[in-house]
Amino acid sequence: MAEILVLVDHVDGSVKKTALELLTLARSLGEPSAVFVGGGIDSAAATLAEYGAVNIYVADDAALTGHVVAPKAELLAQLVAEKSPAAVLITSSAEGKEIAGRLAVKAGSGVITDAVAVSADLVATQSIFGGSTIVQSKVTTGTPVITVRPNSTAPEAAPAAGARSDVSVALSPVATAAKIVDRVEEAKGARPELSEAAVVVSGGRGVGGPEGFEVIEKLADSLGAAVGASRAATDAGWYPHQYQVGQTGKTVSPQLYIANGISGAIQHRAGMQTSKTIIVVNKDPEAPIFELADYGVVGDLFEVVPQLTDEIGKRKA
Amino acid sequence: MKIVVCVKQVPDTWSEKKLDPTTKTLDRDSVDGVMNELDEYAVEEALKIAEATSGEVTVLSMGPAQSTETIRKALSMGADAGIHILDDGLAGSDAIATSLAISKVLEGRGADLIIFGSESTDARMSVIPAMVAERLGVAQLTFANKVEAPGDGSVKIHRLTDYGYDVVEASTPAVISVVEKINEPRYPSFKGIMAAKKKPVETITLADAGIEAATVGLGAAWSEVAEFAAAPARAAGTIVTDEGNGGVKIADYLSEQKFI
Ligand SMILES: Cc1cc2nc3c(=O)[nH]c(=O)nc-3n(C[C@H](O)[C@H](O)[C@H](O)COP(=O)(O)OP(=O)(O)OC[C@H]3O[C@@H](n4cnc5c(N)ncnc54)[C@H](O)[C@@H]3O)c2cc1C
Ligand SMILES: Nc1ncnc2c1ncn2[C@@H]1O[C@H](COP(=O)(O)O)[C@@H](O)[C@H]1O
Repeated sequence: MAEILVLVDHVDGSVKKTALELLTLARSLGEPSAVFVGGGIDSAAATLAEYGAVNIYVADDAALTGHVVAPKAELLAQLVAEKSPAAVLITSSAEGKEIAGRLAVKAGSGVITDAVAVSADLVATQSIFGGSTIVQSKVTTGTPVITVRPNSTAPEAAPAAGARSDVSVALSPVATAAKIVDRVEEAKGARPELSEAAVVVSGGRGVGGPEGFEVIEKLADSLGAAVGASRAATDAGWYPHQYQVGQTGKTVSPQLYIANGISGAIQHRAGMQTSKTIIVVNKDPEAPIFELADYGVVGDLFEVVPQLTDEIGKRKA
Repeated sequence: MKIVVCVKQVPDTWSEKKLDPTTKTLDRDSVDGVMNELDEYAVEEALKIAEATSGEVTVLSMGPAQSTETIRKALSMGADAGIHILDDGLAGSDAIATSLAISKVLEGRGADLIIFGSESTDARMSVIPAMVAERLGVAQLTFANKVEAPGDGSVKIHRLTDYGYDVVEASTPAVISVVEKINEPRYPSFKGIMAAKKKPVETITLADAGIEAATVGLGAAWSEVAEFAAAPARAAGTIVTDEGNGGVKIADYLSEQKFI
């Protein structure tokens, strides 16, 4: 069976859910091989094998992680040349898409970004124009390089050999041109990563101010969810910019999205329309966001949301 | 310092976008064009750096004839000159071909910094800056919300990441992409608009740039749209008015759907 290369997302060997999603997807396309860059393989290997990695290619060289994007693209290009895989799958994150772009140029391959599904014949489904149009695309030249959105596939274990081999890559001077001299972590608390979260609870202008976001955070924590915000809320400085959902923010596609005090402007919808289940709380029955709602309550979020949080607490207890 | 800023004309984000049924590419005739909003931040950053280093800013755009509006807008904001890559053979180009054409035109022009927006609001791929860096063999400093380019051959940025940011250093020449929030783009002044009319805009065809027609355009795309359709409408949901128990009702729904 043809090999499918999967670039593994991880933090010091703790494997992200997105990597398990890609391995699961890769099994339906061929034989998954995990590409693991950086340190921590000893803690990651078992998980990768459990989720179906037949091979694990390990490249633990500081130059690969100490420079912006280019080294990872060179590593993948080398593996594409050596292994002739049927496709390369990468998570559709900002960095993942950049790696894919550079790899495509290097390998002489077509690239598809933001796939929400990939079929056995490597036809990718994309949701474009803010979710209004569904497109089926195919790479016609070279080894298909496809980036896949988080939450597109439910991870399922399917143990495989997980045979480890070390890969060394001779990086070109260009690959190390942009040097990372410092990494600054901003307090982010215990909540899951916004673009990967299974549940997202968002607040908009209706939240009324930075204090209002406490109500949103409490609901999020009761569900183990990430917090999102509309641009009206981030522009006003009520919530940090990196939590913005929409056209110029993050694209999320969670199992459950709860929009509170958000009107549903086209640019906001562009970032959340592919969520599986959508709940809306808004006091204006005419708000366009209700068009997307699976369940909506017309009401004041300061009444409805705390009651919901309490109720979830009771039911989980 | 010589700075080139790459801008794209895109459909207004408020307009409804459609695909052309024959070419399966964006139907650009049916919508109003504007400068990609995220590219306004790139133009502003280019102008700020040029002002601080007595540099000059050239705005580059590849696109159909109407793209001159977007080039003029950048000129009226203060850019010095424009380059318009215009050729019917470019229609339908994918990211691979777009990055090829932009890189070919940039080659040999000696730009110290090439500044991009972080994403075009129509294609939404966020790959062109990385691809151009790859093709030109220069440093990639993308997703910057802070840029320091003092004009001494060094560049330093804050690259936004999921956990915060990375501080990244390189030497020029370099490719930069900027995120919104890096600055507040200026509005063209009346004087700027008048001055823009006299600024030079060079039009470059495929032949001028030495690009083989067979390598760009719809026919040369390395990926293709096989089919497209309107997304299935979401099934109409249940909407209730809060009568003091709205929260409980949502909880009931969440229990039913097995979220709690
Ligand atoms: C190029 C461009 C890019 C953009 N990108 C984005 C983007 O990425 N993300 C994004 O979100 N927006 C984006 N926008 C902005 C977008 O157009 C809207 O302005 C924005 O989404 C509005 O945010 P909102 O829904 O929170 O605010 P509003 O539209 O002001 O809506 C607030 C809602 O809250 C309700 N409300 C008020 N008080 C309460 C209460 N107590 N209880 C319940 N409901 C209440 C109101 O009824 C109203 O419906 C972009 C715009 C442009 C032009
Ligand atoms: N046709 C084009 N002409 C000039 N610049 C472009 C063009 N397409 C994309 N860009 C630049 O590349 C950035 C990222 O675009 P994209 O990869 O399409 O999301 C944009 O913000 C622009 O700065």
